[in-house]
Amino acid sequence: MAFDKSEVEKIAHLARLHISESEADEVTSRITDILALIDEMQSVDTDSIEPLSHPLDVVQRLRTDEVTEQNQREKLQALAPDNQDGLYLVPKVLE
Amino acid sequence: MISSTVAELSIALKAGDISSVELTQAYLNRIAQYNGDLNAFITVCEESALEQAKAADAARAKGDTSLLLGIPLAHKDIFCTQGITTTCGSRMLENFISPYNATVVEKFSNAGVVMLGKTNMDEFAMGSSNETSFFGPVKNPWNNECVPGGSSGGSSAAVAADLCAMATGTDTGGSIRQPAAFCGITGLKPSYGRVSRWGMIAFASSLDQAGPICKSAEDAALMLNVMAGLDEKDSTSIDKPVEDYTASLGNSLEGLKIGIPKQHFAEGLSSEVEQAIRDALKEYEKMGAIIKEIDLPNSHLSVPAYYVIAPAEASANLSRYDGVRYGYRCENPVDLEDMYKRTRSEGFGEEVKRRIMIGTYALSAGFYDAYYRKAQKIRRLIKNDFSNALKEVDVIIGPTSPHTAFKLGSKSDPVSMYLEDIYTIAVNLAGLPAISIPAGSANGLPIGMHIVAGDFEEAKILNVAHQFQKLTDWHRQKPSQISGKEV
Repeated sequence: MAFDKSEVEKIAHLARLHISESEADEVTSRITDILALIDEMQSVDTDSIEPLSHPLDVVQRLRTDEVTEQNQREKLQALAPDNQDGLYLVPKVLE
Repeated sequence: MISSTVAELSIALKAGDISSVELTQAYLNRIAQYNGDLNAFITVCEESALEQAKAADAARAKGDTSLLLGIPLAHKDIFCTQGITTTCGSRMLENFISPYNATVVEKFSNAGVVMLGKTNMDEFAMGSSNETSFFGPVKNPWNNECVPGGSSGGSSAAVAADLCAMATGTDTGGSIRQPAAFCGITGLKPSYGRVSRWGMIAFASSLDQAGPICKSAEDAALMLNVMAGLDEKDSTSIDKPVEDYTASLGNSLEGLKIGIPKQHFAEGLSSEVEQAIRDALKEYEKMGAIIKEIDLPNSHLSVPAYYVIAPAEASANLSRYDGVRYGYRCENPVDLEDMYKRTRSEGFGEEVKRRIMIGTYALSAGFYDAYYRKAQKIRRLIKNDFSNALKEVDVIIGPTSPHTAFKLGSKSDPVSMYLEDIYTIAVNLAGLPAISIPAGSANGLPIGMHIVAGDFEEAKILNVAHQFQKLTDWHRQKPSQISGKEV
């Protein structure tokens, strides 16, 4: 599967990363190399194989539905780069 | 005293030969002397360490007999520590102070262990050389032109240079075992689910596992006794009783069946490493073990499958770093999208961005089946390979890494770096426990031996490793000088 500069731009946007014009060639060629390594997978027939998403054959544990967490709003919000009156501030999204 | 094992320090502290304050001060002095060159620590907690040491000595005077009481440890900077920066080796978290402790941190603290500080690592644990750290590379104590391995490079270098008695690490594709091999120490990756991941910054959630980095298999058993167990806060931690991992260390290996994978003794393995491992196997034969060649036919597919699964999980996990709730935020964003993009591009290093891109690509519309689903199918084949092999043998032994530590800056292309973990990565995909212990040396650099067993068979691995360490002294060897200074 060919991977080119326009693909890099698209993927960078999906990942919310900014790739500058000067980096684009290098990024494209590195990722192309990595995809070539990954493509070794295509040499094996896996049609009848069930995917394994988790190393252990276990089911999700459930707990009783009761409040266990304390309210730590102020403590957690104190970590934010910008906040005010209990709200996280970001650049204006609505005019 | 500082070069002693945890087991020896435990006896010395109990006997009153040394106090925790004296011991802690000795390690702090050592850190002051060598960390400038080695760069093993990102944060040193001198004041709180001495306070904890005082508290440990006071607890002992009152009759506390906890085995690890007052022994100084270093945490990899991936474990959240309340009130102390947790950087994960990244600019993104350069000033991040966690509001809570990771379960692993809490458990060591409850055991009376003294925390000396936080160790350097590859950024977000993505790397095999510790060169991707925002805080600069760590030097290998055996040769300061060489890497310590990664991603737990700081913890491994700190243990090898006696800057601490023991350390924690995490292993997603080899990040405990490969640096343990390069630094000549012991590093155990437990089975997936054995140790809580709560408060351990996520890289690839179905692969990440925390484990001990230390000076002997016995020490790894003592540390795992503290670390292991169910944690209600981590839904992937396993509800399975924790055994006393020291109980079976002394078991005889008479009749033990050891499998050696032919794929791990093939092209690409350096002759010195091969010789060291073959010599080690002879030691096992002397102990009555039976050596048998085994086949792991899909092992060549483990690196390709891993570089789909790990980046895919990473791209999801790292989406949380958006400059809104915590961590780095770019200056003067013009709008929300600009803030996200510049925050992430400035906050993450090159390798992390590369893996986010690969993961995003693998999960994007139209490619999911060809990459992610395909990799999960290969993951099943790899798990089956181990299950089949482990029906015939008790443990699998081979080299941890194809060669000894390489030179800083010598592997600039990502693919050759990824292939560094060729013998260790399959174990993470299968969720199995594995250890690396020192088993030789070449050109003044240590060689690591890799021992793998079935799910939750940590006790067996530690027994097999301990018996080797009883007969040999590779784990006792120390660099004769560190960064040109006599030790």
